[in-house]
Amino acid sequence: MTAPTQPADRSQAHPAAQVRPAAPDLLYSDVEDDLRAAVRDLLADRCPPGAVLTRVEGEQPYDPELWRLLAAELGLAGLLVPEELGGQGATAREAAVVLEELGGAVVPTPFLGSAVLATSALLRCDLADEAVVGLLGRLAAGTTTATLAVPLSAAPGGDFPATVRADAEGRLTGRVTSVADTPGAGVLVVPAVGPDGPGLYEVAAADASVGVEPFSSLDLTRPLADVSFTGSAARPLPSADAPAALDAALLTAAGLLASEQLGVAQWCLDETVRYLGQRHQFGRVVGSFQSLKHRLADLWLEVVSARAAARAAADALATGSPDAPVAVAVAQSYAAGVAVHAAEEAVQLHGGIGMTWEHPAHLYLKRAKADEIALGTPGRHRATLATLVKLPPPN
Amino acid sequence: MAKGREAEDGGEDRAEGGAVDAAELRGRVRELLAAHPPGAVSPEEFLRARFDAGLAWVHFPRGLGGLGAPRSLQPVVDAELAAADAPDNDPRRIGIGLGMAAPTILRYGTEEQKQRFLRPLWTGEEPWCQLFSEPGAGSDLAGLRTRAVREPGGDWIVDGQKVWTSSAHTARWAILIARTDPDVPKHQGITYFVCDMTDPGVEVRPLRQLTGEAEFNEVFLTGVRIPDAHRLGAIGDGWRVAQATLMNERVAIGGRVLPREAGMVAAAAATWRERPELRTPELHDRLLSAWIDAEVARLSAERVRQQLAVGSPGPEGAGLKLAFARLNQRISGLEVELLGEDGLRYGDWTMVRPRSVDFYGRDAGYRYLRAKGNSIEGGTSEILRNIIAERVLELPAEPRTDKDAAWKDLPR
Repeated sequence: MTAPTQPADRSQAHPAAQVRPAAPDLLYSDVEDDLRAAVRDLLADRCPPGAVLTRVEGEQPYDPELWRLLAAELGLAGLLVPEELGGQGATAREAAVVLEELGGAVVPTPFLGSAVLATSALLRCDLADEAVVGLLGRLAAGTTTATLAVPLSAAPGGDFPATVRADAEGRLTGRVTSVADTPGAGVLVVPAVGPDGPGLYEVAAADASVGVEPFSSLDLTRPLADVSFTGSAARPLPSADAPAALDAALLTAAGLLASEQLGVAQWCLDETVRYLGQRHQFGRVVGSFQSLKHRLADLWLEVVSARAAARAAADALATGSPDAPVAVAVAQSYAAGVAVHAAEEAVQLHGGIGMTWEHPAHLYLKRAKADEIALGTPGRHRATLATLVKLPPPN
Repeated sequence: MAKGREAEDGGEDRAEGGAVDAAELRGRVRELLAAHPPGAVSPEEFLRARFDAGLAWVHFPRGLGGLGAPRSLQPVVDAELAAADAPDNDPRRIGIGLGMAAPTILRYGTEEQKQRFLRPLWTGEEPWCQLFSEPGAGSDLAGLRTRAVREPGGDWIVDGQKVWTSSAHTARWAILIARTDPDVPKHQGITYFVCDMTDPGVEVRPLRQLTGEAEFNEVFLTGVRIPDAHRLGAIGDGWRVAQATLMNERVAIGGRVLPREAGMVAAAAATWRERPELRTPELHDRLLSAWIDAEVARLSAERVRQQLAVGSPGPEGAGLKLAFARLNQRISGLEVELLGEDGLRYGDWTMVRPRSVDFYGRDAGYRYLRAKGNSIEGGTSEILRNIIAERVLELPAEPRTDKDAAWKDLPR
């Protein structure tokens, strides 16, 4: 069929939405490719899907030796920490590549909680302060692991949490539900409201006054716990603007989560294509049926689209672009659904085997569904976007 | 889809492009403007001079309107000339020539053909159309039955019927595929030609569409004479040549990188801002989802552009048109609904023959109806899904019975 000529230029962007960011770099650099290869090799060696299943059913959901190799040997724990503070001095772009790989293998590791959430919050604190610098150094070296004591569902742009109070002596009392990555975390970075307003505090997780109550989480590969403080001794982590520091951490993590979701979706697509290319029914390879090919083609399109969105968010965070809140809201709202759809298709297209406990598809489905809630639901990010791009809700 | 990219770039060497940079291009633009002041010479004269200066499409070879420069530098030239208020070649009007015919001629044409056709094609003095689809050959394009028979003198005589031909009523030339050997399997018996639309055997009839307009045509070919010098590629090799055209067509339709909130979403967003009384919570969430999908599609196109620019093509190009069609249909449908009572009004059903195709023009009703074509023209979405599944995901093809039999023996 003869095509029309090129689309018209008639529809130009409305002035109200004319943030015209420079085009983000949406590709992968050689350094990023090398990093990906290193992480992938290590995971293939130490953490195949079968091992993940065994691990999450055991006593210790995180493999401390795997985390040591990732954190210290590959330097992932300090990826976002500047070199002068003992880290790798990398950016959100490299962290995003790591999360693609960790998502693609549904690895239980505290990377998101420690190296992204807690670290990003600390990097917005007073970097001349001894407590802040000391903790960042230990995290970067991999000798200490931390997590940020917020519900995994916390979204950027929300109010500063008020469930934990700090008294005049700096003792914390209160409770935070569904905190991620507490296993192995020696330090909790806790947002709390003190006599002088909101602040961030460092608390030793092992302190007797700290209660960490793991519960059975939907996502087997990312354990959650409710955390309570009863007059717990805490060290202030000074910052000029604690709510801004917390929000920056949540924005960074939400943007990078899109890359984890991309990794989940890519695995589901690849594995399903591989399986349908092998399985025979009705005397044919199942993957030769057009109804299934079209579903996979649509899924492929979603995955490549999610890649563009996730790269845009990572690049905006890495370059400190003023467009980052838009890029993150777009990526998070889009990629969350793609990961869930990919995992649901993986289960369905594997047929009966996809429903079994032995097949790893369910680990991806559970991660994808939990990630949809993590760091803001798609609907929450759309609401944020509505304000950012001036498409207001009805009055 | 490596083939697509190669075709899109005309298969020309980009290595020599290293020598030309943005500064040199700006210098050449200044020289062009000084020697041919846009206000003092006719648009045609200016455009010919621009072509001769290698500033038409900078990635084309020298002598053919280009400088062998990286394609990514074209915007530098376009911006400088737009700032000087220089006339352009109205790319929307001649999009089929620019997007489909030119890269195919560049890749498969003889030196004489390149010299003869490319300059007036680019200046717009000779518009082009594409005689591919037939009433009995749509998605199964290789089943086409328009015949080209060679005379003892060497000329070809063409008889048949083509359909869905945009711009046939304004075109000077056409790219045409026709069957030259019915005794071999269908993909092997096709040859690619350049057809003179002024030949007395060419009859163009408007084909009215569901929008009320007739942007397409039926084209009847009766004893049309084509000299062998206007054959593009080898006899029987037309299917391969046509692939280059089709790859370019998909990029031309779906592959443009627009600014944020441009394209189909622009009008819906503008209506939302300007008419608060139309807003409902349900429409709000759908609008935001569509806005996000449009932004993601824009980023995907940008990512493909970046991959092409650094010479590491990805397969994503094949999906751009699929996404483009789906998005346009969804957003234009939403826009009509958003308008409520006003969505019941349609501008004008009068049969007109537009000089160019406009996806976004006129009113919401037009946009909604015209967008239905986006998933049909240039390869249906179903065919594109097959291409993605088989060439990108490498899933097996459906069992086929028509690949090895002679074309004349196929059931029809």
